[in-house]
Amino acid sequence: MSDITQTAQRTFTPQPALAPPKELKGAVHWARTNLFDGWLNTVLTLLSLLLIFSVVPGLLRWGLLDAVWQGDSEACRVEGVGACWSFIGANFRILMVGIYPVEEIWRPVLSFLLLLGVIWLTVSRRVRGIRMVAFWLVLPFIAYWLIGGGYLGLPEVDQSRWGGLMLSLLLAAVGIIVSVPLGILLALGRFSDSPVIKISCVSFIETIRGVPLITILFMASVMLPLFLPEGMDVNNLLRIQIGMILFSSAYMAEVVRGGLQAVPRGQTEAAKALGLPYRHIMFYVVIPQALRHVLPPLIGRCIALFKDTSLVLIVGLLDFLGMLKSSTQDSEWLGFEAESYVFGAFVYWLVCYSMSRYGQHLESAGPKNNN
Amino acid sequence: MLNKLTASAGSNRFRLDLVLQAVFLALIFYLAYSVFHNTQVNLENRGIESGFEFLDKEAGLPIGDALISYTPTDSYGWAFFTAVVNTLYVAFFAIILATVVGVLIGIARVSRNWLVCRMAAIYVETLRNVPLLLTLIFIYVVVLSSLPSARSSWLLTEGILLNIRGFYFPKPLPQDGFGLVLFSVGLAVVLCWGFRRWAKRYTERTGQELASFRISLVLLLGLPALTYLLTGQPLLWENPELKGFNYRGGLSLRPEFLALLLGLVLYTAAFIGENVRSGIQSVSKGQVEAAQALGLKPGKVMLRVVLPQALRVIIPATTNDYTSLVKNSSLAVAIGYPDMVSVGGTIIGQNGQAIEIIGMWMAVYMAINLLISAFMNWLNARVQMVER
Repeated sequence: MSDITQTAQRTFTPQPALAPPKELKGAVHWARTNLFDGWLNTVLTLLSLLLIFSVVPGLLRWGLLDAVWQGDSEACRVEGVGACWSFIGANFRILMVGIYPVEEIWRPVLSFLLLLGVIWLTVSRRVRGIRMVAFWLVLPFIAYWLIGGGYLGLPEVDQSRWGGLMLSLLLAAVGIIVSVPLGILLALGRFSDSPVIKISCVSFIETIRGVPLITILFMASVMLPLFLPEGMDVNNLLRIQIGMILFSSAYMAEVVRGGLQAVPRGQTEAAKALGLPYRHIMFYVVIPQALRHVLPPLIGRCIALFKDTSLVLIVGLLDFLGMLKSSTQDSEWLGFEAESYVFGAFVYWLVCYSMSRYGQHLESAGPKNNN
Repeated sequence: MLNKLTASAGSNRFRLDLVLQAVFLALIFYLAYSVFHNTQVNLENRGIESGFEFLDKEAGLPIGDALISYTPTDSYGWAFFTAVVNTLYVAFFAIILATVVGVLIGIARVSRNWLVCRMAAIYVETLRNVPLLLTLIFIYVVVLSSLPSARSSWLLTEGILLNIRGFYFPKPLPQDGFGLVLFSVGLAVVLCWGFRRWAKRYTERTGQELASFRISLVLLLGLPALTYLLTGQPLLWENPELKGFNYRGGLSLRPEFLALLLGLVLYTAAFIGENVRSGIQSVSKGQVEAAQALGLKPGKVMLRVVLPQALRVIIPATTNDYTSLVKNSSLAVAIGYPDMVSVGGTIIGQNGQAIEIIGMWMAVYMAINLLISAFMNWLNARVQMVER
């Protein structure tokens, strides 16, 4: 017995791992396997380096080293300077909130802080489930009241003065929050027993998905007033918001449909065997599983909706892109289009990329399926 | 499935369902009727006539970039049709170029070359996370307006040049006998098709491979070239020439078209690149290793083993991207390329017949998208694995 244990102990004593051979580590080896692996890769690497060295130094000089950060437009018109970031500084307020009255500016700022707060609560998982949904549902109403005013002592700010990034975020947030439940309803309608409901839902979804968002926005902006009874007036912003919601919900419905199809049939059968009524089967068993399946494309649709808000510029709303465009036509600051659009691209990119990273995080952190 | 959920409930439930459906149907009919009625009343109040009679009237609107012959004295119908052709024109080339760029980006994304892989990733993440409209306006306002004026154009070679007015290239002028050359091209294609069929059967019968690619290449290029030389080179080129402040003659692409094409290609290529990447990554590693063990070269492994299998994942996703490309071409209105949304918008501004124009837009876009889906589904059916 003791012999065996001794032998075992001797055999199982772990040896310190040998360091890899010298030629298999370090920067040179890394470069050799990842960059200069065969003639094709070497050529590709050299071409890429050529491209990088012909583009990046110029961009860096323009955007950072030679850029003007402070001062008026005269400082930017000096020969040989790069980007004029003071243009962004001078127009920052209208880029963010449009022509919102200066003395009321704390209201959009407070709404934005509330938005950041709810985002923080969601991302850090301090609130979950039904309470998180409640926060998100209440937020747009509070933001709408804060920005618009008119009730409870806040002076009213006309919607024609809303603009900038604030308007883009508002259109996107309300659009997402309304179109997700609407999309779920439409998707359920697609699976309905009733041919009437089924055909209506399918034709709505397919019609909307077949045409560009611009035509829907034109329809909302030009045709909706024709559809409404005389004397009933819906303002332009709300009309366009409705157009965006209809468009987005058709796409959401297709995403949710994919999720519904992925829920195993046994789940509904088991729930039915328990005697649950239809609405309980749907809301407690099927929909939660379906949504979990399609979280990544759902986030993708949210990103797409935020990007699509830029199209309202074409029907006359001054959203973020609209403000970027009109600020370049300011007589004092003519000729700084590049700065304006680069800054705009950066802001859009920051928002969209953060959303997509959060989506990827949810995908990897969410409860795993064990089927 | 889900719709079987409520089916087996008792007959009471069934009757309730019928009632609910009837109520829903009545609601839809009521809504449709009231929308119709309101529209009638509103149109009458504003003095807008409805119907498609306006299509025969003289349009009087200029179209800056018409592919088919159009003058402002033509009818509204012809103006709209010209715009539809413009939409198809830009969408067709954008789809082809976006596919080429997208496949390259997708392959670069899975490249073993670290630098190439990173650069492709940066490209994809940048283009995908910025609205297409911003990209389009950026290209049109910033990139294209930094091109030189006509007098100091960038000459790529004789007759091909780029300046702020657009991209110019020589225009072919067919002479007598050019029909024969075209005929020989057709003949070469038919011969090539017949040869490949025969070569396939020959290989199956004897097990011997023919260099069929090279032979068909010789056939496709050689026969037309030979006819071209024998008929005395019946093709002349008209070069664009500087006259006054502008270039005349030759063919040109205007900056609006170039900006729209470039924007659509760059944006869609990022999405197609991701489809290609996920397709390639879906092919199991064993397939690649087996192909390598057979001694195939890396290029052949990609072309003959990986890509054909990846296509099953790539095609359905790419169908969606093609249809969104067509729909996205409507953003032309923002940079002034006369596509059908831009021209239709002008018509609405002139006569207020929004319902008809929007209806026509929807019909044309739906038709194009259905055609694309039908073609891609046919393609998809061809690449599906035949399961035993």
